[in-house]
Amino acid sequence: MERIKTIETRDLKKSAAAGGCGECQTSCQSACKTSCGVANQQCENKKK
Amino acid sequence: MVHQYKLNGYNIVLDTCSGSVHVVDDVAYDIIALYQQHEAEEIVKEILSKYDGLPDITREEVLLCLEDIRALEKAGKLFSADIYENMAFDFKNRSQVVKALCLHVAHTCNLNCSYCFASQGKYQGDRALMSFEVGKQAFDFLIANSGSRRNLEVDFFGGEPLMNWEVVKRLVAYAREQEKLHDKNFRFTLTTNGMLLSDEVDDFLNREMSNVVLSLDGRKEIHDHLRKDYAGRGSYDAIVPKFKRLVEKRGGKNYYMRGTFTHNNVDFTNDIFHMADLGFTELSMEPVVCAPTDPYALTEEDLPELFRQYELLAEEMIRRKKAGNGFVFYHYMLDLKNGPCIYKRITGCGSGTEYMAVTPWGELFPCHQFVGDPKYSLGNIWDGVTNLAVQEEFRHCNAYARPECRDCWAKLYCSGGCAANAYHATGKISGVYEYGCELFKKRIECAVMMQVAESEEA
Repeated sequence: MERIKTIETRDLKKSAAAGGCGECQTSCQSACKTSCGVANQQCENKKK
Repeated sequence: MVHQYKLNGYNIVLDTCSGSVHVVDDVAYDIIALYQQHEAEEIVKEILSKYDGLPDITREEVLLCLEDIRALEKAGKLFSADIYENMAFDFKNRSQVVKALCLHVAHTCNLNCSYCFASQGKYQGDRALMSFEVGKQAFDFLIANSGSRRNLEVDFFGGEPLMNWEVVKRLVAYAREQEKLHDKNFRFTLTTNGMLLSDEVDDFLNREMSNVVLSLDGRKEIHDHLRKDYAGRGSYDAIVPKFKRLVEKRGGKNYYMRGTFTHNNVDFTNDIFHMADLGFTELSMEPVVCAPTDPYALTEEDLPELFRQYELLAEEMIRRKKAGNGFVFYHYMLDLKNGPCIYKRITGCGSGTEYMAVTPWGELFPCHQFVGDPKYSLGNIWDGVTNLAVQEEFRHCNAYARPECRDCWAKLYCSGGCAANAYHATGKISGVYEYGCELFKKRIECAVMMQVAESEEA
């Protein structure tokens, strides 16, 4: 694929299989407190 | 859903439902834009016409690129289907645990900042400090409602939480006892204006708090304009040395220096760079939350400049990282390989369900931004959530709850956005704060671009 380079990312569809443990940080508990961003949290699922 | 944009010399294609990120050349960029609405021969014609005269752009080349696009589509990395809507509602309905509290230990403050969304810590009510007994019950409430969740979060918030320092210390000691008994792991954070930091407080915070949030707006003149004490004096000179001392002793543990920008400093990157130049490396800067009539409120006219500032910030961060003096900006922290699963992406921030705020009197609210609004009182830490109708409204908040978000490429990054922002902008939590959306989308574009730049460097 000379014209397209794909960056390595987590496959969101596959992440449904072992996801949803809820151990990750609540999005508003850190620096923002005034907006909602979920994509910048770390996954803490030990079983994934 | 596919989102394409050009930034800092990169052509970026996001396939939002799979989370895939592609960097492409101009030809592939154009072909992807045409792919779903046009037949192959139409695309060939269009591309050859646009790139007429370039020897390497041939019919065969365009067909080859189309094959690559089809292969990515087949692999679920491009034009992947949006299949998560039912999952969003089902998952949130099933989850009944509470895992995080914003503990308002002090509804009072030793600063008198004019833009404070908490009305100088009082939240439109009386000044008050949380008693140890109320705080202890809040921890008991959290543990009792946390189900099998092990990691529990408590943010000591205010007002200024260090105005209730003895209670903070006693509550942390109580929680450390309880976590052993119940197999929990408490993660504490504390948000402070810095005025009451001392050696003793520093050592305690550095030992017990997994993160501390330090409020500084950046340049002295910007900070002092709105963050004043009750005598009208700016607080910059009093707090900056204290923040430096705390961070020097923190031993690499997380912290954020967090500022707020307003209409007065739309060139807010200069404030971020100022923080970095002071030696702080974990930074956050948020748009002010206030009524549109406030003199410092951000305006529609500010938007193009704010977009430019976010781009400048990203470009400068790349430059500084290469030069060996990089820093972190909260909204640009994306971990594309080990980021959150799809459930986190679709269920929203958890306010009113797994995350609640507790007032000094033990009253529960969906989050710190709803505290003081009687319509949104959820119950209390002794009887639990009794206002089930309001909780149900919050349970309904997710990436698919708002019709306006249906075709938005960013919904799996913001998960439907902040309910409080929506409420303040539209009068209902199911509304959309469009101004915030515009800023959010620009930040995500920049954050992804930085990841792309890093990957290209590697």
